[in-house]
Amino acid sequence: MLTLVATLDTGDTAWLLAASALVLLMAPGLALFYGGMVRSKSVLNMMMMTFGSLAIITVLWILVGYSMAFGDDVGLGLLGDPFQYVGLGQLMDLTDPASVTGSVPTILFAVFQGLFCVITGALVSGAIADRARFGAWMVFVSVWTLVVYAPVAHWVFDFSHGGHVGGWLANRIGTIDFAGGMPVEICSGASALALALVLGPRIGFGKDPMRPHNLTLVMLGAGLLWFGWFGFNAGSALGASGAAAIVFTTTLVAGAAGSLGWLVLERFRDGHATSLGAASGMVAGLVAITPAGGSLSPLGALVMGAVAGVVCALAVGLKYRWAYDDSLDVVGVHMVGGLVGTLGIGLLGTAAAPTGVDGLLLGGGAGQLGKQALGASVVLVYAFVVSGILGYLVNRLMGFRVDEEHEITGIDLVIHAETAYDLHSAAGARTIGHGSSGHGILASITHGTQEGTR
Amino acid sequence: MKLVTAVIKPHKWEDTRSALESLGVTGMTVSEVSGYGRQKGHTEVYRGAEYDVALVPKIRIEIVVEDDAADEVIDTVVRAAQTGRIGDGKVWVVPVETIVRVRTGDRDQAAI
Repeated sequence: MLTLVATLDTGDTAWLLAASALVLLMAPGLALFYGGMVRSKSVLNMMMMTFGSLAIITVLWILVGYSMAFGDDVGLGLLGDPFQYVGLGQLMDLTDPASVTGSVPTILFAVFQGLFCVITGALVSGAIADRARFGAWMVFVSVWTLVVYAPVAHWVFDFSHGGHVGGWLANRIGTIDFAGGMPVEICSGASALALALVLGPRIGFGKDPMRPHNLTLVMLGAGLLWFGWFGFNAGSALGASGAAAIVFTTTLVAGAAGSLGWLVLERFRDGHATSLGAASGMVAGLVAITPAGGSLSPLGALVMGAVAGVVCALAVGLKYRWAYDDSLDVVGVHMVGGLVGTLGIGLLGTAAAPTGVDGLLLGGGAGQLGKQALGASVVLVYAFVVSGILGYLVNRLMGFRVDEEHEITGIDLVIHAETAYDLHSAAGARTIGHGSSGHGILASITHGTQEGTR
Repeated sequence: MKLVTAVIKPHKWEDTRSALESLGVTGMTVSEVSGYGRQKGHTEVYRGAEYDVALVPKIRIEIVVEDDAADEVIDTVVRAAQTGRIGDGKVWVVPVETIVRVRTGDRDQAAI
């Protein structure tokens, strides 16, 4: 994917700038997608886990995360040098060859990759809806960025070039992962499974109805995710190239086919084609095409998307059978969809696509499938084990869950002192103070500023 | 004076209101409520998981009328809100001791 051409290309740089902004848009998209799926008493907390990830992961990535993922290898292809690009200031001199990656500024490549980490961390939060303390989540996702995401990104995404030595999966094994089937999808899903087990199920899980409180938000969020996904996948071509155009096409086709696959399955199984199914299937198709966008023909993407839609629709039911409360199906959609995509390269890959490898079903033999399976299983196990240990430690040291009473009352009010919806504006809220003291100058003002003046 | 309370299906609310207006009822208090009776809620399916939703949305209408008008109001509500299917709702009547119109201080009959 990365060949060193020491000159900048303005077209390539322009596309990657735009693509990075598209990936950023996936964060609010995910917040809406997840927020709509939880109950109205915890929508703000759900969205805050994404926005909190956006803030803290961006900061950590600039400080050391990027270096740990894309710095020179410290040995065995396991981790980049954490101190090589601390603060990214080293990448500001564009006459230095290290400041140019392919035909784009390395500093732009760095923020593009950082936003991948943001999305991956935020995805994990879907497993622990309605019940996690915000501070504990922020601590978890911070350490997770450094000990789970950054190493895995190094293994899979960091290609050796020139004097730079990258990660072991990409360079020694030869796994293919265009935009993050392993570091993003399998990694988020496996981490989510570990956290769901550490925190345990929500009170009333499997017994009380836990309906999505606003499916229109879910649909809007899914649409924004798809829009942003073009930046995620086609942006991973790191240029405004033919490869980007092909990946753009496979991304479009797989999302559409995934949506159809899920809808057809649930129409015949449950009797109805649902809006949540349309949105979920679309995401499942996009998850699967994330690693494979550069390896498939458009028809291959159609098959993979449809398979992902069906397989994920079946996989989301497992949590009820095995009684783990992966609240918003990060495992069923992202881990399973990521496996479909990562392994699917070894089956449906075509030499005519940018990554240039025929899969088993197209006469290429089982070699690539074996590499994909090795990479997928190592990443799955690593992310599950390390996230599990980390979640356990956070739980022991800080307590990961809110009190039972607070969980029932609603986490928004207890953790954030807010409620998402004011649907009864006749009931007046009064200003009783400014700041936490309650004795500010506004304390003596008796007319309402929130409700009474509307 | 009587307080007539009716709990009906939401989609019958417009029919019921216009029927009551034709009868000469000049005001009422309406709220969106939820509950269940013999029909025991309904089933919804999200990502393949079936949920029994116990509470069904309903409209509650409250009207204060003179004693001899109560029966007519009841009949009107029943006619307008009836579909013949389970979950049509209930109407009940209770006596009212005193009514005061806040604007004028008028009491009882004059305040209806």
